[in-house]
Amino acid sequence: MIAPTDIPSRTNPQETFVLNLGPQHPAAHGVLRIKMTMDGEYVTRAEPIPGYIHRMHEKMGENRTWTQFLPNTGRIDYLSALHYNHAFVGAVERAARIEVPPRAEYIRVITSELNRISSHLVWWSAYLLDLGGFTPLLYAFADREKILDLLEAITGSRLTYCYFRFGGLCNDIDDAFIQGTRAFVAQMRPRLKMYRDLVTDNIILRKRLEGIGPISAELCRKYGATGPVLRGAGIAYDVRKVEPYSVYSQLDFHIPVFPEGDSMARYRVRMAEMEQSLRIIEQALDKLPAGPVMGKVPRVLRLPAGDYCYAVEAARGRHMVRVVSDNKDIPYRVKLRTPSFSNLSLYEEASKGMMLPDALALLGSLDLVIPDIDR
Amino acid sequence: MIPSLEQLAERFSRLVVTNAVPSRSPLPVTTGSAPPVAVATPAAAAAGQTAAPTAPPCPVQTVDYPLKGYHLDVSISPRQVVLAAEILDQNGFALDTITGVDWIAQNEMEVVYDYFHPLSVLRVVIRTRIRRDNPEIPTISPVFPGANWHERETHDFFGIRFSGHPDLTPLLLPEDADYHPLRKDFTA
Repeated sequence: MIAPTDIPSRTNPQETFVLNLGPQHPAAHGVLRIKMTMDGEYVTRAEPIPGYIHRMHEKMGENRTWTQFLPNTGRIDYLSALHYNHAFVGAVERAARIEVPPRAEYIRVITSELNRISSHLVWWSAYLLDLGGFTPLLYAFADREKILDLLEAITGSRLTYCYFRFGGLCNDIDDAFIQGTRAFVAQMRPRLKMYRDLVTDNIILRKRLEGIGPISAELCRKYGATGPVLRGAGIAYDVRKVEPYSVYSQLDFHIPVFPEGDSMARYRVRMAEMEQSLRIIEQALDKLPAGPVMGKVPRVLRLPAGDYCYAVEAARGRHMVRVVSDNKDIPYRVKLRTPSFSNLSLYEEASKGMMLPDALALLGSLDLVIPDIDR
Repeated sequence: MIPSLEQLAERFSRLVVTNAVPSRSPLPVTTGSAPPVAVATPAAAAAGQTAAPTAPPCPVQTVDYPLKGYHLDVSISPRQVVLAAEILDQNGFALDTITGVDWIAQNEMEVVYDYFHPLSVLRVVIRTRIRRDNPEIPTISPVFPGANWHERETHDFFGIRFSGHPDLTPLLLPEDADYHPLRKDFTA
């Protein structure tokens, strides 16, 4: 329900009250606190207060070697760890001019896209849980479990992966992984169709999401919001296309864009993205070249002085790593630009005047991962 | 509203010429009738000329993207950051991030503004240097409201004050934090 437009004028400061959402609240999906000033059921101001899980990863980057920082990158956005691996190894490879063998690049793409699907499945189930639908979680987690099993077999971990290395990968994939991934792609397509029929086209869901929490392309630009939030506002911005990295330029996929800008548009972007990820995985498996998975890398890594950026399309949007080197074996500065941080920063402006349940529908549609904001 | 790299480089070199403040600025800004801008060729960038972490050789440089991850590198004086933000805003750019780098040996703080363009392939880096003992720089949050949080975070980590910022209370650090952990002389 859209709030009447005269909300600010009928707001009497003596009749408002402050509602603390979080830092321990299921709808915040982690330790995020939102200080809401309410006028009855309407939000007059929602101020996000992050920082409860701040770990200062950027300082940790300055007191260990380039290699030692790599496991940290999987713990920033724990749902799309491989993308964060990718951005950091990409920045270091760019600086040190390390060649990555083609086989390793293809495997990076395959595993990254699997990770994207598993991340979107967690968002989908948690979001529907927010909106009052419990059952989809059980289906989505069954699908996600298959991805976690596949990735566990080759990376050694289920969530906080540290699979990529400077110059390649720590492990080649085997036939079991290839067959398992092909089987997963074949299984997942009818599941996504079922999710569309049962959930996406469900009238209750659509009434909860259509027209709720409109975010314009201009608002996204002013706040630097990216990923499904920007693509749900009609802008086809995807780092995989505009700043192509790895072997994405050799694969055929398109960027789902929905112009409505409401919560439903952001929902649809992610659902359509999973289908595109399946396409990417299939093509990359077909094209997978033979050869080594590790390039030539010096034993002690010293990057040439200067600063280097590397951006990837993580599940939540543009993730950029900016490293500054002073030609030592430890970084001088590691800056992590994370998508959830910028996506949440527009919440205060976007949620003004909404009803509380709608403001929560908007919050969930941003797909926040709190350690990604706090770092 | 999609500018070309050449147009932007040209616009920023005019900015550097007209508003140059040579005093205390580490930038080798030259004045005179001839434009001081030497736009680096990709070959020059490949030779490592863009890699200096200290004062860059010239204020406006086009950069070979595959080597650095951005297209345009602009070094300006601290008082020009708002003007630079306005130019990029008018050209349809979005703010990627703001951060600092503590160059303790030179007694300077570098403030780096990253921008991307949502509709085209253009990455711009704006950088400036300020004194380390009294780091202060104007806020760009009126131009890009998203800068509000990035500047608060930079204030948390480096103690850089953004003058005109509406609320510089700690964002990620505890609310009573009076330390700045990314300063190189910080000890826990």
